[in-house]
Amino acid sequence: MQKLLLLGDEAIAQGGIDAGMSGIYAYPGTPSTEITEYVMHSKEAKSLNITAAWGANEKTAMETALGMSYAGKRAMVCMKHVGLNVAADAFVNSAITGANGGLIVVAADDPSMHSSQNEQDSRFFGKFALMPILEPGNQQEAYDMVHYGFELSEKFRIPVLMRITTRLAHSRSGVERREIRKQNDLKLPENLKQFILLPANARRQYKHLLSNQSAFIDSSEKSPFNYLIDNPDKKLGIIACGLAYNYLIENFEDHHVPHPVLRIGQYPVPEQMINNLYESCDTILVLEDGAPLIEELLRGLLNKGKTIKGRLDGTVPRDGELNPNIVAVAMGMTDTRGRDIPSLVTSRPPSLCKGCPHIYSYNALNEALSEFYKGRVFSDIGCYTLGALEPFDAINSCVDMGASITMAKGAADAGLLPSVAVIGDSTFTHSGMTGLLDAVNANSSITVMILDNGTTGMTGGQDSAAVGKIENICEALGVHKDHIRILNPLQKYHEENLAIMKEEIAYQGVSVIIPRRECIQTLTRRMREEKKKQATEKAEA
Amino acid sequence: MKKDIILAGVGGQGILSIAATIGTAALNAGLHLKQAEVHGMSQRGGDVQSNLRISDRDIASDLIPFGKADMIISVEPMESLRYLPMLSPEGWLITNTKPYINIRNYPEMDKLLAEIESQPRHISLDADEIARELGSPKSANMVILGAASPFLDIEYKELQEAIRNIFRKKGDDVIQVNLDALQAGRDVAEKQIKLSLK
Repeated sequence: MQKLLLLGDEAIAQGGIDAGMSGIYAYPGTPSTEITEYVMHSKEAKSLNITAAWGANEKTAMETALGMSYAGKRAMVCMKHVGLNVAADAFVNSAITGANGGLIVVAADDPSMHSSQNEQDSRFFGKFALMPILEPGNQQEAYDMVHYGFELSEKFRIPVLMRITTRLAHSRSGVERREIRKQNDLKLPENLKQFILLPANARRQYKHLLSNQSAFIDSSEKSPFNYLIDNPDKKLGIIACGLAYNYLIENFEDHHVPHPVLRIGQYPVPEQMINNLYESCDTILVLEDGAPLIEELLRGLLNKGKTIKGRLDGTVPRDGELNPNIVAVAMGMTDTRGRDIPSLVTSRPPSLCKGCPHIYSYNALNEALSEFYKGRVFSDIGCYTLGALEPFDAINSCVDMGASITMAKGAADAGLLPSVAVIGDSTFTHSGMTGLLDAVNANSSITVMILDNGTTGMTGGQDSAAVGKIENICEALGVHKDHIRILNPLQKYHEENLAIMKEEIAYQGVSVIIPRRECIQTLTRRMREEKKKQATEKAEA
Repeated sequence: MKKDIILAGVGGQGILSIAATIGTAALNAGLHLKQAEVHGMSQRGGDVQSNLRISDRDIASDLIPFGKADMIISVEPMESLRYLPMLSPEGWLITNTKPYINIRNYPEMDKLLAEIESQPRHISLDADEIARELGSPKSANMVILGAASPFLDIEYKELQEAIRNIFRKKGDDVIQVNLDALQAGRDVAEKQIKLSLK
């Protein structure tokens, strides 16, 4: 078959389509979004009747995928690394229920925090849940590992975590496809109690998971993605996980490293392979993108064995993404660098788009709050987090999805009045609703501004689960309808808008302000598509 | 053959259209390719870059090592300088001179242009102006690609073919405009190369 030029994300999606996946579920999050989008836009996936859907959040997506696995079909669920925190309850327990149809959980990590609030390493989550983990080192492996991962999942009846990083997710390369495998038939679990985690059952299932660990390790020892490239200079042995291998060989002529290299792409770590390398070499260097998982295991608490180099001893920086230069320095090779950046080059941070409704909303909010001292606006995750930057300087927090409302409540409980939350429409239905219920039940004096642009903006304009429902949700949660105020965030309505904001900020109780205007990006895209459609209709007529 | 290219610009300027054209041409020429892109937060009007690597052999890293890039192709003058640490001592800087000003403290234009002029191997041109003269302001990126084309080690006709492929659905007029833009950029570059050799 002809090679396709695919992003790592797209390779995973195409792998799913070709490996007989019946459904893919996700909540958008950089750098994972393109996996699900690819399946949504694929004509092939449509013709194969593959379900591709955004969930309200990662937890609902994870559970839906688990339900499809229960019914015997292959399912995938995709999220960014912090999304796995949201899905964690379902994720950790899914290792105990096990899978029926193959289930792959894709977590896309973001070392260096290109578009995230932390750089947590999802491999720790997989290890914590006692689940096998796959970590592709290139786009072809990303594709192949989906086929392999579904088989692994069905062989051991266990979900498999696939851990990628931004660099692979958003880098393109040639990928060779395989024949399309038929989807599984509907088939219930052999034991209809497998998914009932009542204590008595759960204890049995957990023991089963524990007893399977040696089989998982054995599978890692024999995995096509774990292998030793033996070389004569045994002064140093190198363990290279995922993409780190590429950065390593980049530094050598013909990609030939003089030292033995153990390449890791499947976990739990292959103990025997690592032991063999350790025994045969004087010193070990561990190269892993993310946190020092293997390095910590090798060093142990007391670090009394051979010298282990890596992120913990400073051979490699403790944080941030790897690159060829970092690995060169770790290998004791000379660093390379071009000329310095001239001093006249200034930083150019991201900013809200021209015409973005949030620009008006923040300017108006700043004005409405101008009589109070600063430091009382709790915000959330989305384009509007850019309200933290100049010229707005309008917000004081951004922690996790939904935290704006609950933090505002906590601060109000502490006596910070007024206390304001700013959250987007999609983030509100993701994780804001429950917090609003807490605030209503406590009759907290907070004002929640739900910036409704009708889309999940930051990740490129995916459908928002909140569209057309926000005021009904707020009212149903118990916010008094007189204090649910919808604004048109345009300068021409400023006087009226400002008065409403001031009123609701002064109100002693939960109030909700909804500035509503479509995202300028989705609006532009919609207009373009409509124009195109009209042109075709005209041509046809 | 190996070309390591940094594409630079501001989010929304469409540097990926240049990458797509080079990528299509490289694949048709039977070359290997890796291309690291930037998606997500920085796309919103912030600085963006893409690492594009083409080679007749296997490519290891998705990222180009610092100091090893063969060229920087930039659609914005200040952004072209941001990636100088990536450029090899023999590398070329090919940049648009039309600034994209969305920040308060954008440097003074004469100083910025003087900095670009002080780079040992560079091509600079107002691609927006050239594209406007051709009656197609949207094809400035193809002008820049044309200006980079003498350094790519990909046959010019492969680039032309790639443009025909990419814009096929948009009709012959759009294809022709982009081909003209490519040629106009190439003409400017060739003139500047000749001058620098004198």
